[in-house]
This record gives sequence, C-alpha cells and structure tokens, in this order.
Amino acid sequence: MAQSPFIIQEQQFHRLKIVLERLCVECAARAVFLVDRDGQPIALHGEIGDMDTTSFASLAAGNVAATTSMAKLIGEEVFPAVVHEGERESIFISVIGRSLLVVVFDERSTLGLVKIRAKRASHEVAAILDEAVRESVVIGANHQSVFAEITDEDIDSLFR
Amino acid sequence: MTFINYASREINCKIVYYGPGLCGKTTNLQHIYDSTAPQAKGKLISLATETDRTLFFDFMPLELGTVRGFKTRFHLYTVPGQVYYDASRKLILKGVDGVVFVADSQEERMDANIESLYNLEQNLESQGYDLAALPYVLQLNKRDLPNATPIEDLSMELGRKNEPIFEAVATNGTGVFDTLKAVAKQVLTELRKS
Repeated sequence: MAQSPFIIQEQQFHRLKIVLERLCVECAARAVFLVDRDGQPIALHGEIGDMDTTSFASLAAGNVAATTSMAKLIGEEVFPAVVHEGERESIFISVIGRSLLVVVFDERSTLGLVKIRAKRASHEVAAILDEAVRESVVIGANHQSVFAEITDEDIDSLFR
Repeated sequence: MTFINYASREINCKIVYYGPGLCGKTTNLQHIYDSTAPQAKGKLISLATETDRTLFFDFMPLELGTVRGFKTRFHLYTVPGQVYYDASRKLILKGVDGVVFVADSQEERMDANIESLYNLEQNLESQGYDLAALPYVLQLNKRDLPNATPIEDLSMELGRKNEPIFEAVATNGTGVFDTLKAVAKQVLTELRKS
C-alpha cells in the first residue's frame, strides 16, 4: 500500500516559516523553499513574483533524485548539496533527510554566505520535520486525522 | 506519500502514469492539461528529448476541489517508457500514491506491455510498494486502431487484481478523465483508511 501521509501541523508550519524567513534575510536570498524529496512544496518565503513554485519544487526534487543516483554510481551515498550558478541568479540545494532546503540568490549574496547560513537553518528544519514525522505516525495510528471521516459523497463531489 | 499541510489546508497526492514507450502517457497528461480550467492547473512541464520523447518525466499539478475544507491537489507524473530509462522510472515512483498503467492496445505491442508491467511491479517492489495494495488503474489506450487486441485478451494478460479497466483513445480524450477519476478516488479512499 501507499505510505502513511506526512502531516505538517499549523504550529510546525509556522516554525518552519520563521526559520525560512530568517535564512532569507541572513543570506540576502531572493527566495527560500522547503521541498519534500517527492517534489511536494512544504513552505517558502521571499520574492516569489509569478514563479511557478509547484513546478519549481517538483523539478528541484527531480534534480536531487538524479544527482543522488549519480552519486551512488560513483560510490558516494549522496551529494549533500547541489549548486547551480547562473549569470545573475543561482540556486543552492541542501539535502535534509527526506526534504530539501532550496535557496535562490543573486548578486546581492554569495555562495559562501548561503552555505554557512543554510547549514544552521538545516539543523532547525530537520528538528521540526522529525517532530512532524513522529506526530504523523501518532495521528495516523490514533485515527485522529479529519480524513478518517471523509465520506464517499465527499469524494464524489470532487468529480461533479 | 500523501502530504497534508494543516496550515495551508492542502492535501497533495502523487499519481504516476506508467507504460511502454509511445503508449500515450504524455498524451493523457496533455489532454488533461488542455481540458482543465486555468485556475485548476499549473504548468505542464515536459523534460523531453529533441524528438519529444519523455527523457525524465512530465509533470502537471491539478487541483480538484475541497474535501472537508482541504484543497486536494494531485501531482501527475509520467515516466519515460523506453527500456533504457529504467533508473529514471525508479526515481519517479518514489512517494507515489497511485499508478495508472497505460497499455498500448496494438497487437504488436503486447510484449512491450507485459515487459513494462513486469518492470512496474519490480520497480515498485524495490521502493517498498506492493502493486496489489496500491491504488491502481489499467487503461487500454489506442482502442481506435484497426490492429487493437480484443479487450478480453488484454484484460486477461495485463489484469492484476480486479483493478478498474478503462478503454481509451487519449488523442481525442476518450477515457482519459474516467481513468484519472478512478485512480484519484482510490487514493482519497486510501487516505481515509490511513
């Protein structure tokens, strides 16, 4: 069967947002994203404009999935960070367990600064996500999820 | 893995379209994309070769509506069908919530269908999934072609577990939304159980 859902609760989401906001300011980034390794966007902060953040998250996850497989082919377990440097905009991706911390930055910042600040934020993000994973299991086991009450009628209504 | 965000009140699920090369997986997504209102969909991303064959994956987010106050968003992916892209297929199956197997009904593609379905079972197993327990739909595509194998033969060869089976002509949209609805329903029903 499919794996149990991964649930982020409100207070965890807000704590994640605070970490992302601070990271964004500290490393003068354009935007910071937290993405699940399966490609689901979890939280973001910064100058998003009209960026398609859902596609961005999916492509970041695909990118890391491909580089992780390449790492294994050459005998590495994982590349803990992936960097793409453009002429004006650059991307730094840090792998945190089952999630990715993605920093989009331009000439206002430097890769060195982003790496240092992202490292500290990674530990905080990892702690919150670990808590979310533990609580997801408890919620699932206790059937506390509101989805236990979904009716066939609810599901059918989506397709009318 | 379904991702539920209580703060933004969203449910995100991942559905993967699987099948042999040129069976119509991308055409399914293209039809869904073309037929959906702009506010319900994101961009259709295609990582394809110069000859328009899927190289890594196609992706489109689709919002279906709300259930119990939660927006339900389905992330639809296709895999590359060609045999030599197996490493990519494995990656795309990570975190999957539901699978659509798109079979090519043409007689001469029967072996390719069987091989691809076997590959799906193997790749799911390597990711810790069991096809027998996963939301799953079989779509028999290209029913309009003169060399299409009879439904009974295809169902017997490719059926695995009394899964819903839909006839389709993805190029004109026949059966495309029925397939999507069937797998999406199973995914949401699974969510209720978990």
